[in-house]
Amino acid sequence: MENISLADALQPASFHEETDEGSRLFLTPWQMVARRFFSNRMALFGMAVLIVIALFSFAGPLFYAYSESELFYIDKETGEELRTTGDSARLATSTLASLQKPSLRHILGTNRLGQDMLARLMYGGRVSLLVGFVVVFVELLLGILLGGLAGYYRGLVDSVIMRVVDIISSIPLIPLMLIMSSLLITLQISTQHKIYVTMFILGALYWTGVSRMVRGSILSLREMEFMQAADATGIRASNKIFHHLIPNMLPNLIVLATLDLGGIILLESTLSFLGVGVGAPYASWGNMVSTVNDSEIMQHFPHVWVAPGICILIVVLAFNFVGDGLRDATDPRMKGR
Amino acid sequence: MRQFIVRRLAISALVLLGVSIMLYALARSMPADYVTLSTSTLQKITQEQKDQLRKIYGLDKGLVGGYWDWLLNAARGDLGTSLVFARPVTEIIGKYMPITFTVSAIALFFELLFGIPLGILAARRRNTSVDYAITAFVFIGISMPSFFLAAMLKRALGYYGLNLLPTAGMLNARVIYRSFTFAKALDYIQHLIMPISVFVIINVGIWLRYTRANMIDALSSDYVRTARAKGVPERRVVYSHAFRNTLIPTVTLLGGQLPALFSGAIITENLFGIQGLGNIALTASTMADIPYLMGFNMFLAVCTVLGYLISDILYAVVDPRIRLS
Repeated sequence: MENISLADALQPASFHEETDEGSRLFLTPWQMVARRFFSNRMALFGMAVLIVIALFSFAGPLFYAYSESELFYIDKETGEELRTTGDSARLATSTLASLQKPSLRHILGTNRLGQDMLARLMYGGRVSLLVGFVVVFVELLLGILLGGLAGYYRGLVDSVIMRVVDIISSIPLIPLMLIMSSLLITLQISTQHKIYVTMFILGALYWTGVSRMVRGSILSLREMEFMQAADATGIRASNKIFHHLIPNMLPNLIVLATLDLGGIILLESTLSFLGVGVGAPYASWGNMVSTVNDSEIMQHFPHVWVAPGICILIVVLAFNFVGDGLRDATDPRMKGR
Repeated sequence: MRQFIVRRLAISALVLLGVSIMLYALARSMPADYVTLSTSTLQKITQEQKDQLRKIYGLDKGLVGGYWDWLLNAARGDLGTSLVFARPVTEIIGKYMPITFTVSAIALFFELLFGIPLGILAARRRNTSVDYAITAFVFIGISMPSFFLAAMLKRALGYYGLNLLPTAGMLNARVIYRSFTFAKALDYIQHLIMPISVFVIINVGIWLRYTRANMIDALSSDYVRTARAKGVPERRVVYSHAFRNTLIPTVTLLGGQLPALFSGAIITENLFGIQGLGNIALTASTMADIPYLMGFNMFLAVCTVLGYLISDILYAVVDPRIRLS
């Protein structure tokens, strides 16, 4: 209780209204970061959007009756809609419920194959978010390891790793993915596994940014007094790395990872749009937008291609807002830049 | 300085060699080669004829032998003959590069035209509604998928919407222009409005944010305070004192971007049917046209490497405080 009364004495009156957290006088660095982050309206908005989209994509399908690949049919005589689970004799004489306009049964209508668009939007969101997080995980793993080795040991190790980084970052990405895709098709990898293979390829190409940053910060941190002190005490290399170097790089890493999440989701959607990423029957926002290449759909059925496009835009925007907010929060000098 | 450039050039050559090895290995491991793809509809073709074709196209050699041949020829400036277009790769690149370059250069011009003044405005009106509106626009542009923006523009302004602008190609195919007239120029402009808008909306944010951040730094510096204290008019303070100093990082960034003008944007070119390098590369990669893919991708890699090099050198040239070693 003592420090609260001290806080009461020293802080301006307006702080009394705040929670315990806000009225405490001494804050740890991370509490200060959190405080700055939560006072940033744009970042909070981005965070809220991401939570909603994550719930929509991961929890939504649990409460929604239709699956992403279920086809709907229409009975030609009665005009009644049939599900594939229904009477198979009637299904044989009915037609696909393709390109239905939005209605109560299908809030966002159906696509050309007669699949429910809302369900596909949910599953597409799963793919986008999953790809984003897995690729970022892979890039962080590779980037921290290799960037760390280069920065810590310097010399020959550094030169070799950094030349590999240069080579990988000079390879044009989209042509490379086109080649990769035809490779995966002929290796007869199933569509489901192709998603995972694509994730690892993207991760293996994206880590160069992380490794450059990690190497750079290690090189500058090594010159700091606290690192010389750590050297002087003779602690183990692993302790130096995990207790002194990584915590100091963490803020920058988190910011980079958040901004990369948006970039990777954008890239995955572009690849899926080109037919290189996630393919049918699986839904992905990118391949849903690619139906726009059908001029009939472009003209008459905007509900089929506009919604997934807006979803991509919103998710990437939200990651950029959060990333920007985190950067401002972890590095106050950058505020508003 | 010279030593730095020589060393960087040597490293760049090494990097390009690495890139070419990786690209060749990948391109050759594409399972269906050009002969398989182009003869798939011919039922009467024999294995002998296929082998003969492979020999003509140089696809009969192994990975290492094929790469070695490619490298020796490339070192002499011969990138081979495209399998799909049946012309030397250097000739195709030379023919379509001007189109790609012109489109990207016009786009870059407009990006700078909007980005820099709006960046200055946002910095001067920092934390006002003007600044927030500009920032929001920048964020939307950065986060926008180019293919979605292109599709929306085509739907809204093209044939299916207001029918104001053509949606594909560079010229109206039904009109034959005998010479370069005003009408032809107008036709080009009409065809390029949408693709260039896509480039500008997506990329303007980079320049805008960069200018804004640098202007905020400059406007809060001591020499600006001194100038204001001396009673220098605000216009002069902003444009002569502050803005001129932000040109240093901007020029560096711009220099690094120049080589990218030649490589273009595959997606936008494809969606608007512009016959540029990127669009052709898309065809080439579906047909496993190894010489063109190698030539084009290496061309892109050279552009990227040159971009890094130029921006590093410019960094030292425009700012004498920076020494390269």
